[in-house]
Amino acid sequence: MRSPRNDKQEVETTGHSWDGIQEYNNPLPRWWVWILLATIVWGIGYSIAYPAWPLIKGATPGLLGFSTRAQVAADIAAVDQANAALTTKLASADLTTIKDDPTLYGYAVNMGAAVFRANCSQCHGAGAAGNVGFPNLLDNDWLWGGKITDIAYTVQHGVRNEQDPDARYSQMPAWGEILQPEEIHQVVNYVLQISGQQFDATLADAGKQIFADNCAACHGDDGKGNRDVGAPNLTDKIWLYGGDEATLTKTVTYSRFGVMPAWGLRLSQAQVNAAAVYVHQLGGGE
Amino acid sequence: MSDAQTPPPLYAAREPIFPRRVKGWFRTTKWLIMAVTLGIYYITPWIRWDRGPGMPDQAVLIDLASRRFFFFWIEIWPYEFYFVAGLLIMAGLGLFLFTSALGRVWCGYACPQTVWTDLFILVERWIEGDRNARLRLWNAKWSLHKLRLRLTKWVVWALIGLATGGAWVFYFTDAPALLHALLTGTAHPVAYITMGILTATTFFFGGVAREQVCIYACPWPRIQAAMMDEDTITIGYREWRGEPRGKLRKGQVDPAQGDCIDCMACVNVCPMGIDIRNGQQMECITCGLCIDACDDTMAKIGKPRGLIDYFTLKDEAVERAGGRAQHIWRHILRPRTLLYTTLWSLVGLGLVFALFIRSDIDMTVAPVRNPTYIVQSDGTIRDIYDVRLRNKYGTERVFNLALSSGSVLSMSIEGLPDGNVTVPADSTKQIRVYVSAAPQGVAAHQDRTPFRFWVRDMESGERAYVDTVFNGQPH
Repeated sequence: MRSPRNDKQEVETTGHSWDGIQEYNNPLPRWWVWILLATIVWGIGYSIAYPAWPLIKGATPGLLGFSTRAQVAADIAAVDQANAALTTKLASADLTTIKDDPTLYGYAVNMGAAVFRANCSQCHGAGAAGNVGFPNLLDNDWLWGGKITDIAYTVQHGVRNEQDPDARYSQMPAWGEILQPEEIHQVVNYVLQISGQQFDATLADAGKQIFADNCAACHGDDGKGNRDVGAPNLTDKIWLYGGDEATLTKTVTYSRFGVMPAWGLRLSQAQVNAAAVYVHQLGGGE
Repeated sequence: MSDAQTPPPLYAAREPIFPRRVKGWFRTTKWLIMAVTLGIYYITPWIRWDRGPGMPDQAVLIDLASRRFFFFWIEIWPYEFYFVAGLLIMAGLGLFLFTSALGRVWCGYACPQTVWTDLFILVERWIEGDRNARLRLWNAKWSLHKLRLRLTKWVVWALIGLATGGAWVFYFTDAPALLHALLTGTAHPVAYITMGILTATTFFFGGVAREQVCIYACPWPRIQAAMMDEDTITIGYREWRGEPRGKLRKGQVDPAQGDCIDCMACVNVCPMGIDIRNGQQMECITCGLCIDACDDTMAKIGKPRGLIDYFTLKDEAVERAGGRAQHIWRHILRPRTLLYTTLWSLVGLGLVFALFIRSDIDMTVAPVRNPTYIVQSDGTIRDIYDVRLRNKYGTERVFNLALSSGSVLSMSIEGLPDGNVTVPADSTKQIRVYVSAAPQGVAAHQDRTPFRFWVRDMESGERAYVDTVFNGQPH
C-alpha cells in the first residue's frame, strides 16, 4: 500500500546534495520499463512496415508500400478529378462574359493565382509589379492591350517568341546604326518634352522633326504609341526600361527586344485562360 | 527494503490501492461537486438556444467546419481567438490563486482525473464490495465468480467511457442529429474514432492508471511547490497532538499517549495510497477524505475532531507551541492572493469589455506591400488594399465602403463599381480595394498619408472603421 519512501526506514539517496537538498533514489514504476520496451518493439515493426533504412539510392520501401510521393500524387489526382468539370468549362469559356458565372470566375481567379505564382512571378514579380524590362501588370498601361482576350492571347502565344508563329511580334530598329549621335540626343530631348520631363528646348525642337520622320510610324504622331505593334506610349509616366535621358539614349541607340514565352506550348488551355482572368482582375484590366 | 549490500531495484511494480468507503463533510462535498461537474459536462450539449433560421440551435457548439464557436448568445469568430487566450490566462491565474490560498483544491475536488477516478472507484465498490472484499478478490485465484465481477465492472467502466467520449463529440456538431446518426451507424468515422479513443483513455485513466497519472504524468504536483507557502491552507496531521501514537486499550488511559490510535483509517481511505501522518507529500491531492475518516475515529473514542485537518504550516508551528491559530481569512487574504485576484479580475473585465464593444459588422484591412504603390499612366499613385468584410448577422447584408468625407484620396473596388458589397449571412468576403492619389497632390509624393476606411451596413446604418496609411511615391 505504501511506496518505499513512506516506510519508516531510510530510503537511499542518489548521494547528490545541492544546498542541502538531497535526491531520493526511488525506483521507477515498472510500467515505465514496459513502455520503453514497447517503443523498441514498435520501432522495429515500424521500420519493417514503413520506409526506414537509407540506402545508396532511396530507402527500404517497407512492407506496406507506403510512399508520401504516391500519396501526394493521389491527392493531386483527386483534386483534379473533383475540379475536372470546371476545368473543362474554363478551357472553352468565353472570357469576355466569364464574370457572369461567379463560380467559374472564382475558380479561374484562384487557379490563375496559382499558375501565376508558378510560371509568371519569376519575371513579373510575386505581386505582379514587374521589373525593369518586365511590365508591371497592375497599372493601366498595356503594350499589347489590356482586355481580357488581349491578355489571354499574349499569355497563349508570347511576345517575340520564335517557337510560336502567332506570337506578338515587333522590333524597334537600333537607331544608333541609322541616326547620328547628335540626332539621337535631339530626339531623346523631344521624348523628354512630350513625357512632361525636364528637357532642352533647342534640342527638342530639332528632335521633333526626327521623331516625325523616324519614330511616329510606330509610336504615333503624338507619341501615344500603337498597341497593334506593341509600341509603347511615350507621353505617360510609365517606362518599361526607364524614362531618364541616359536610359532613353540607350534604348534609342541599341533598341530593346523583350521576349515572353508562348505559354500555350507549356500550359493547358484552362491554365492560360485562368492566368488571363487572374491578371485582368489585378487592377489594370480594361 | 535495502541494505548496504543489495542495491535497491531500479523498477518497482505499482502497488494496488483499495480505498475504503468513508462518510463525512468532505466526502459529501465531493459527491456534490462530482454531480455538478459531470452534470454540466453531459447535459450542456443538449441545451437548445434559438438563433433564428439557418443558424445552429445548440447553446454550446464548437463548429470547426465553419470555424465558429457558439456559447448561448455569444458567437466567437476565429479572429476573436483572443477570447480563448484570455480565458486560458484567467484559468491559469485562477489556478495560481486557488493553489496559493487553498493548496491543491483543484486536484482534490475538480480535476477531471479525480472526478472520473472517484466515479470509477464508486462503481468498483458497488460491484466488488468495499476495501476488504476488493482486497480478497484481488488475492483470490481466478474463478467464475471473480471473472463475473471483473467483467461486470469493466463493462460498466466502458459504458461510462463511451458516455464520456460520446458527450465530447456532441460539443462539435448538432447533438440530436449526431446521436441519431451514431445509433443508425451513419455518423462520420471521425465521430466513432474520437469516441473510441476517449472511451479507451477514460477507461484506462479512471480504471487502471488512476493515481499514477497524478504522480508521474501531471506537472501540477511539481508546480504546486512553487505556488504554496506557509499561509497556504493544506491538509496535515497534527503531530504534536497525535504522537506518540498507540493502540487504545479498553479501560487503560495512558496520559503520555497521543490522540492517534493508529487505526489506519486515514491510510485506508486514501485514493493516493499514502500516509498523511508522514507530512506533506507530492502524492497528496488534498481530497479531504482522510479528515473525514479521522474525524469519524475521533468521535468514536471521544476526542475532538481535527487530528488530521486543513491548516497552514504557520498555524501548525503556532499550535505546537500552544498558541491559537489565526482566522482562516487572515491566511487567505494576503498580498499574494489579492494580487492574483486583481490580475484575474482585470483580465476578466477586459474580456467582458471587449465582448460588449464588439459590433456585428467588422473589417480588417491589409495593405498590399508588393508593391507598396503603383504609378498609373497619368502619374496617379495607386495603392491596393485587401479588405475583409465580416457580416455576423443571420441574413445577407449590403455594405458600403467609403473613405472619410473630404479625403484627398479616392477609392474603387475591383469588380464593384458602385462601392456596395454584398456579404452573405454569417460569413466573410474579401475584396480588392484601390485607393488613388492625384498626381499633383501631396499624398502622391508623401511616404505615408494616414486615412480611414468606413464600412456602413446599408440596412441598419451601423458603421465601423479601420485606420490605415497610403504610401506615396517619394521624390
